[in-house]
Amino acid sequence: MDANSYIHISNLDLVIALLFIAISAAVSRWQRLGLERDMAVGTVRAFAQLLAVGFVLQQLFNVPRWHWVILALAIMTTVAAYNAVKRQTGAKHGLFAVMAAAIATGASITLILVIGIVLRVRPWYQPQYVIPIAGMVIGNCMTGAALVVNRLHSELTLRRNQVEAALALGAPAKEAASEAMRESLRAAMMPTINSMMTVGLVHLPGMMTGQMISGASPVDAVRYQIVVMLMIAAATAVTAMVAVFGALRAFFTPFHQLSARLELGEAWDAYVRKKSKH
Amino acid sequence: MNAIELSHVSTAKPVLLGDSLTELEVMRDVSLSVPEGEILALIGPSGSGKSTLLRMINRMEDPTSGRIFLFGSDIANLDVKELRRRVGMVSQTPALLPGDVADNIAYGPNLRGEPCNPGDYLEHVGLERELLRRPASALSVGQQQRMCIARALANHPDVLLLDEPTSALDRTASRNIVELILRLNEKLGLTVIIVTHVMEHAQALATRVAMLVGGSLIEQGPAVDFFESPATETGRKFLRGELAEDGR
Ligand SMILES: Nc1ncnc2c1ncn2[C@@H]1O[C@H](COP(=O)(O)OP(=O)(O)OP(=O)(O)O)[C@@H](O)[C@H]1O
Ligand SMILES: [Mg+2]
Repeated sequence: MDANSYIHISNLDLVIALLFIAISAAVSRWQRLGLERDMAVGTVRAFAQLLAVGFVLQQLFNVPRWHWVILALAIMTTVAAYNAVKRQTGAKHGLFAVMAAAIATGASITLILVIGIVLRVRPWYQPQYVIPIAGMVIGNCMTGAALVVNRLHSELTLRRNQVEAALALGAPAKEAASEAMRESLRAAMMPTINSMMTVGLVHLPGMMTGQMISGASPVDAVRYQIVVMLMIAAATAVTAMVAVFGALRAFFTPFHQLSARLELGEAWDAYVRKKSKH
Repeated sequence: MNAIELSHVSTAKPVLLGDSLTELEVMRDVSLSVPEGEILALIGPSGSGKSTLLRMINRMEDPTSGRIFLFGSDIANLDVKELRRRVGMVSQTPALLPGDVADNIAYGPNLRGEPCNPGDYLEHVGLERELLRRPASALSVGQQQRMCIARALANHPDVLLLDEPTSALDRTASRNIVELILRLNEKLGLTVIIVTHVMEHAQALATRVAMLVGGSLIEQGPAVDFFESPATETGRKFLRGELAEDGR
């Protein structure tokens, strides 16, 4: 595929694209939504972040080295774990390690299979394949991990009486929480399954669109998309599984008691900090 | 032999006051013993820590200091799951497990892969065997409360903790529960701790009485003595129904 076979976007084109933000700003001003400031900040951030990432990736693509690729994957996983924690409505203490482990497990298992066996990328660390595919997988793992832990928190809060009744009869935490865990896993996996139902009919996935713009035939792009969708489904399942067991250890004490963090919400974080000082 | 013994038990719980978090002292230096085979009525105004005390005995929560013994062994050294099998608890509001009545009753034995005949326990608590295949949620509150007792009994406990088991019931239904508890105590030799705010029930059931006010134990002794003449002025006020929640 010839890298120059598609239309490039010049700096002038980018400036012209700013007109679009002017349109949304006009709507905001007209309807007095008060979003102009956020829009300005959002635009600047999107420009800065994307240009910086573009620059870094360009370096990576020019001089592919396996250790830089691994570093990039590690940074992506860390940011994803951080964001998954940030999306929690309850206390956040101790969840970063859970999210990082869950995302790393789910993403790496599927990435190894896809890069090594399905696509047979040689050498395996070709950034052109690894980075975009990892980006999609890690992004979906992040959503899955955030969803499953949030849901487990609310299920345990909601079913508190039922869970405690089971514990009081001698059930271990894992058994007492089994219904809540099942509900949470279902909630985390539904979005992926739903998108498999409507893909191509309602929306064209970003990767497919991108491949077609850069000159790939739709038939080829579709094949990639199928592999990626199945991979995302598997990665989400593994991530959600690891995350739900990890979160269980945060929501229960080692003595099969429901942790007070469920009632205290975000105040729990301050409480733990204060306790550890003493 | 004391079935249950508390030694200098204190506990504090983190609570949210507005935005800031403080530790609220919920129990202060409580020492208490319940000899095997006796029925202890745990009484006291609302918020005095009765439920908290029960929940500490089967380790649904842990005290911040002090020790609790079950037949002489510190419960902190027992396997939590085995402790909870031996110390059955029926909570203040009936908590149903998924499934039908039979599933609920067999839950404990099933956990350990032991056989269980749920119908026997249902009869034990005075419910019809026909109810076995009903969803637990399709029972009346009084039936649910009795099912919860049957569920605890299926674990063959040594001690039964009952948190206001008659709070949601009318006079006849609560009378039935009182008689059930007496029967269980007599037949199975079960040691019972029952929280109740109905003094009539406490008097009918208890061999011993313990009274909590604001997290402190202010009365403890044989039931006959307490109901005849409480040792403290607070105790006397409580029996006359004149005690405010803050214990004054
Ligand atoms: N989860 C909790 N977090 C913080 N404080 C609590 C919690 N549960 C109970 N408390 C407080 O602990 C004290 C004792 O509560 P507890 O439920 O043991 O009282 P009680 O004697 O059972 O009252 P009642 O007769 O109303 O059931 C109360 O002041 C209550 O506000
Ligand atoms: Mg109570």
